[in-house]
Amino acid sequence: MPLEGGERGLCGEPSYAADFSRALLDPDVTTPTVVAGPKSKSAVKRYNVYRNNVTVSLINALAAAFPATLRITGVDFFRAMARFYVRVTPPSSPLLFQYGRDFPDFIERYEHAQSVPWLSDVARIERAWLDAYHAADVQPLMPCDLATIPPEQLPNIVLKPHPATRVIRSRFSAVTVFTASRSDGPESHIEVVEPEDALVTRSTLEVEVRRLPPGGAIFLSHLMIGEALGAAALAAFAESPSFDLPANIRGLLEGGAFTDVLCAES
Amino acid sequence: MKRLAIRPAGQVSAAFRFPAHSIAGRVGTSFKHEHLQAILADGPRDHFFEVHAEGYMGAGGPPHAALNKIRQDYPISLHGVCMSIGGPQPLDKAHLQRFKDLVDRYEPALVSEHLAWSTHGTTFFNDLLPLPYTAATLARVADHIDQVQEAVGRQLLLENPSTYLIFPESTMSETSFIAELVLRTGCGLLLDINNVFVSATNHGFAAPDYLASFPLEHVGEIHLAGHAQQADDEGELLLIDSHDCPVADAVWKLFDVIIGQRGFIPTLIEWDSDLPDWPGLKAEADAAQTIIDRHVQGKAHAA
Repeated sequence: MPLEGGERGLCGEPSYAADFSRALLDPDVTTPTVVAGPKSKSAVKRYNVYRNNVTVSLINALAAAFPATLRITGVDFFRAMARFYVRVTPPSSPLLFQYGRDFPDFIERYEHAQSVPWLSDVARIERAWLDAYHAADVQPLMPCDLATIPPEQLPNIVLKPHPATRVIRSRFSAVTVFTASRSDGPESHIEVVEPEDALVTRSTLEVEVRRLPPGGAIFLSHLMIGEALGAAALAAFAESPSFDLPANIRGLLEGGAFTDVLCAES
Repeated sequence: MKRLAIRPAGQVSAAFRFPAHSIAGRVGTSFKHEHLQAILADGPRDHFFEVHAEGYMGAGGPPHAALNKIRQDYPISLHGVCMSIGGPQPLDKAHLQRFKDLVDRYEPALVSEHLAWSTHGTTFFNDLLPLPYTAATLARVADHIDQVQEAVGRQLLLENPSTYLIFPESTMSETSFIAELVLRTGCGLLLDINNVFVSATNHGFAAPDYLASFPLEHVGEIHLAGHAQQADDEGELLLIDSHDCPVADAVWKLFDVIIGQRGFIPTLIEWDSDLPDWPGLKAEADAAQTIIDRHVQGKAHAA
């Protein structure tokens, strides 16, 4: 097989793709020598078309996935921040709706976003929202499905989480900010100091984001790893003495957080 | 390199879940969720819709609900954008399986991908990147097309690219490369006439010359789209395949010539950003239909 020139690729074979891609995300690297313009023309601007396509399309993908974050920061700030992220963390999957999984962590560390400490939590809710949007369609467990279980067995039941269900905990009022930023209403002043935990669910086609009551996040987190209801409730009481077990169960079922109920060994 | 037993487009057995809408005689548009309600209210006849496969590779949710709805009433064309068929590294087996799953799930009338690459190493670049045309790349791309066709059990339509630069190491013309791929793999072709016009302008060749050497008899679908204008380093016109505006007059003229030569071919208006409203997009499809009707005599096209 004739050689194609250039550096060796994954399989030990030469690779035009390695040469071509090296400068795509790095504006300081010069135009690859494997390409040229036609009829002895220069290829600098021509190559930059690809550079621009790659960077701009990935920034656009993040802008589409994090609209509340963008609304809070403004377009210019968001695109500058996203450009940094894209260059250090390009996607590793062709499924762009999975891109940006660690974008919230990046925002949390981003030097210029330090004055908005709740921004990364809003982005975490948005990332969970997108996961819920694409999650499998499964009929959620209905409140009546639990009604037939004898009360003495309730501590032993295990609730299977719906594929869309996510919990996001925030030291700030991230749920309130998220909800306000995704609505079309005018921007209003929001007091962001109160911690809020988000429950993200999708029982039909609409993704829902609601605030969990005190102890709700720790309760649901324990349930989601397969702990029995009684043990999860104890963990919730330990964190939050005001934990209201019936109200929490009712709220989670109304949100469609589970798909099935199983009985654990007592 | 083996030929496949290929199920002809549109022939769907009773065991399948969706109606067997034939794509013959239809002009289509890119399917965008923003248009769903307007499309359902309008109920265009003799239409088809094309979707980017990767947008439907999630497990469930609104994208699948929308596509299910559309697929009940229309044939669809499944257009892969990220298979990286033109890349030097092996195809992503998981991605190939996802592509096959979509073909099985939606029973598309047409299945297509690009002569380009988008992934290298572990990085996905989200663009259709160019490749040199050599004996080595020909063998590799043919092997990749074989793998895709074998996996999905269908003929793949391969789309000609729009490009902005060349690889001096190339030893074959693009049309010779594509013709040889058809011979080796039995794949069909998706002729993107806007891409031909964009590349012709960018590389200084005549689009009719390219089309004269293109294996038109293997074309199973045509793409029409809009392009944007920039300048190259010498200050001369450089066209960008932008899919964000109406089809250019020069592209309509080339389309007219091709339909005059070949007769009807399923034709799609591609529009991916700065979307018009549904009537605006449908008007572009109607313009294509008008050209087709002028050439295809005695065609029973419902008004």
